[in-house]
Amino acid sequence: MNTLRKATRQQLFLPIVCVILVLAVNMVYDAARGAGIFNFFHIYIQNDLLQGRLINILNRGSEVAILAIGMTLVVSASSGTDISVGSVMSLCASFCCMLIAGFGVSSVESADQFAMPIVVGLIGALVMGVFCGTFNGSLVAYLGIQPMVATLILWSAARAIGLLLCNNLIVYIRVPEFGIYGGYIGCVPTPIIIAAACVLVVSLVLKKTAMGLYIQSVGINKKASRIAGLNSRKIIFICYLLCGLCAGIAGIVASSRITSADSNNIGLNMELDAILAVALGGNSLGGGKFNLAGSIIGAYTIQAITTTMYNLGVSTEVTPVFKAVIVILIVAIQAPPVKAWFKKHSAAKAAKKEVARV
Amino acid sequence: MKKFVALLLALMMVLAMGACSSSGTTTEDTATNDTATTDDAATTDDAATTDDAATEDTGDTGAADGELIKVGFAQVGHESDWRTASTKSAQDVFTAENGYELSFVDCDNDSAVQLDAVRNFIQQGMDYIIIDPIVATGWDTVLTECEDEGIPVIVIDRTVDDSDKYASWVGSNFKTEGLACGEWLKAYAAAQGITEINALVIEGSTGASATIGRTEGFKEIADREGWTILDSQNGDFTEAGGQEVMESYCQSYKGQFNVVICQNDNEAYGAMTAMDQAGVTYGVGGDVILVSFDANKAALELVKEGKLNADFECNPMAAPDVDAVIKQLEAGETPEKEIYMNETWFVAEDVAGATITVDGAEQDLVVVTQEVLDARPY
Repeated sequence: MNTLRKATRQQLFLPIVCVILVLAVNMVYDAARGAGIFNFFHIYIQNDLLQGRLINILNRGSEVAILAIGMTLVVSASSGTDISVGSVMSLCASFCCMLIAGFGVSSVESADQFAMPIVVGLIGALVMGVFCGTFNGSLVAYLGIQPMVATLILWSAARAIGLLLCNNLIVYIRVPEFGIYGGYIGCVPTPIIIAAACVLVVSLVLKKTAMGLYIQSVGINKKASRIAGLNSRKIIFICYLLCGLCAGIAGIVASSRITSADSNNIGLNMELDAILAVALGGNSLGGGKFNLAGSIIGAYTIQAITTTMYNLGVSTEVTPVFKAVIVILIVAIQAPPVKAWFKKHSAAKAAKKEVARV
Repeated sequence: MKKFVALLLALMMVLAMGACSSSGTTTEDTATNDTATTDDAATTDDAATTDDAATEDTGDTGAADGELIKVGFAQVGHESDWRTASTKSAQDVFTAENGYELSFVDCDNDSAVQLDAVRNFIQQGMDYIIIDPIVATGWDTVLTECEDEGIPVIVIDRTVDDSDKYASWVGSNFKTEGLACGEWLKAYAAAQGITEINALVIEGSTGASATIGRTEGFKEIADREGWTILDSQNGDFTEAGGQEVMESYCQSYKGQFNVVICQNDNEAYGAMTAMDQAGVTYGVGGDVILVSFDANKAALELVKEGKLNADFECNPMAAPDVDAVIKQLEAGETPEKEIYMNETWFVAEDVAGATITVDGAEQDLVVVTQEVLDARPY
C-alpha cells in the first residue's frame, strides 16, 4: 500500500498510466474479436526486419519524440512554445534534399547523380535547423518577443522557403543510402535508434551538467536567476537553438522515410503534436520544472493512439473525434482539480480507516 | 548582441526577398521556355510586342476591341506535381500568341487570399476569371460581384457548392475514375483467373472530392461484384501517410488481401515501401494487385516497370478546355455547365482486353510503353 502510494506520487505515474490505458484498449479489442490478448504486443521478425505494432509505435513516433525533446526545453525555459518546429522540419528536409540532388532537379535515381554527397546534405539540414533555432532564439531571448509571435514567423515562412529551395517540386531521392535514416539498420528501424540516441545525449547533458537546473530556474523566475548570476537570455537562446537542431534531425528522418522532400506535408501540424506530447507528459506549459521522460512518453502516447485507431479499424471520418476524446481524458486525469479530488478521496478513506481503528 | 540580431534579421529579409524574386523569374522562365521565340520578345519589350501580337490575333480570337483577352487565374497553390502541371497548362495556353493576357495568382492554399485575388481581378477589369476553388463554399457573394460586373467565371478542378453563378465547370469525374478502376479490376481478375477479391483501400484526405468520388465509384463496382473491401483508411494523399497505413494493413490483414487501391500516386509510393519492408510482393507477377490514381510521370514509369498494375489518370490540363469555353462565350454561345475532361486509363500489361465499359461507354486501356511516357507532358 505504501509503495503504491509512493508510486502514484511520482510525476511520471500518470503519463505511464495513460499510455498503458491506450494500449489496454487494444488488448480488450483483440480479446473481443477472438485474437490473442497480447496480439497487439506481438513482436516478430519477418523479411529479416523487426515487425509488430509496438515497433510501429516506436518507429512512427520518433519524429514527435525528437521534437518533444527540444519543445520540453523551450517550454521550460521560456514559458512559451516553439510553433515553428513542423515548418522548420520541412525546411531542413527540403534543404537536405536540395543539396544532395542539386537545385531544380526533381528526381535522383542513383548515387552517381548526386550533386553533393549525402553527408553534406545531412550536415546542411542540421545547420539549417540550428540557424532557424538561432533566429527564433534571438527574437525571444534578446528582443524579448513573445515566443508564440516570434516563432510564428518561421511557422509561416519556413515551409515556403523550403518549397522555393526545391523549386516548387517534390524532390525524390530514390537511393537506398539516403533511405537508411528512415529505414532499417540491421533489423531495427533507424528512427528508433536516432530518437534513442537523441534522448540519451540530451538527458546525459541535463544530468551530468547543471544545464537542466539552469533551465528550470530560468523558467521559474527569469529575473531571480539573473540576479543569482545565471545568464538567463543565453540559456533561453540555447534552448531554442537545441529545439531547431531537433527539428533538423526530425526533418532528416521524415524525409529519409519517404526518400523525398515533400515540403508541403513533412512535419505538417507536428508542432501541435510536440506541444501535446509535452503536456501529456505532465509538464506545465507555464514553464519551470520539467520532466524529459514524461514528454517522450507523451510523444509515444500520441503515436499509440494513432496506431490504436489503425488496429481498431476506426473509419477515417471519426478518427479525429476518437483521438480528441482520448486526449481530453488524458489531460483531464492530469488536471489539478481532478488530482486534488483523488487526493482528498484517498485522504478521506485513510481517515475513515483511522476512525475505524480507534 | 543587438547588432548581431539586427544583422540576422536583415539577412533573413534579403534572403526572403531573393527568394521572392527567384520565384518570379522561375514562372517567367517556364513561360518563355515553352513558347515560341516571338514570345521571348514579348517578355523583354512588353508594350510594343503585345500590341503587335494583339493586332495579329484579333482575327482568330474575335476580340471585338482589338485587345488581348484578359484572363485572371486564381490557382490553389503549388502543393504537388499535379498542381504544377495544371499551372503550366494555363501558362502554355493563355499566351499573347493565342490572344490572351494571363494574370496568374498563386493563392498558397489560403482561401482568403483567393477571394482577394478574385476581387482584384474584378477591379482590374478582367474579361474572364478562372478559379480553382480552395474551399467549396463561401463563393456566392464574390461570384455575384463578378456577375454584376458581367465577368464570366470559369471554375476548374474543384467545385463550388453554394453558388451556380459561374459560366462553366471544367474538371475530372472522380466517380468515373473509381468506376473505371473497378471495371478494369473485374476484367483483369477474370483474365488472370482470380475469383476472390479482398481489397484494401488507402483513401485520400477526408472530404476531398477526389476521395469521395473514387471511393464511391470503386465501392459501387465492389458491391455489384461481391468483392470484400477489408478496410479503407485515410492516407492523406501523402507518401508518409500511404506508408503508415500500408504498414498497419500488412499487420492487420497479413496474407488476407490481394488488391491494394491507393487513391493517388504518392500514397502508392509509400505503400510500395511498406510492402517491401513487410516482404509482400506486388505488381505484375506479385501477390498483390496494386492500383493507383493520378498518373504522374514517375508513377507511369512504375507502371511500365510492372510495379503498379494500373494507374487511372486525373487530367490536370484543364486550360485547353477552358480555352474552348472562352471561345464559345466570345461567340455568344452558352457553354455546358459541367465539362468533363478526357482521361486515360494506363495499365502495365495487355491482359484485360483493349477496352473496358465504364458507365455504358467503351473506353480504351493504354499499355504504358516508352513512347507513351515520352509523349506525356507531365
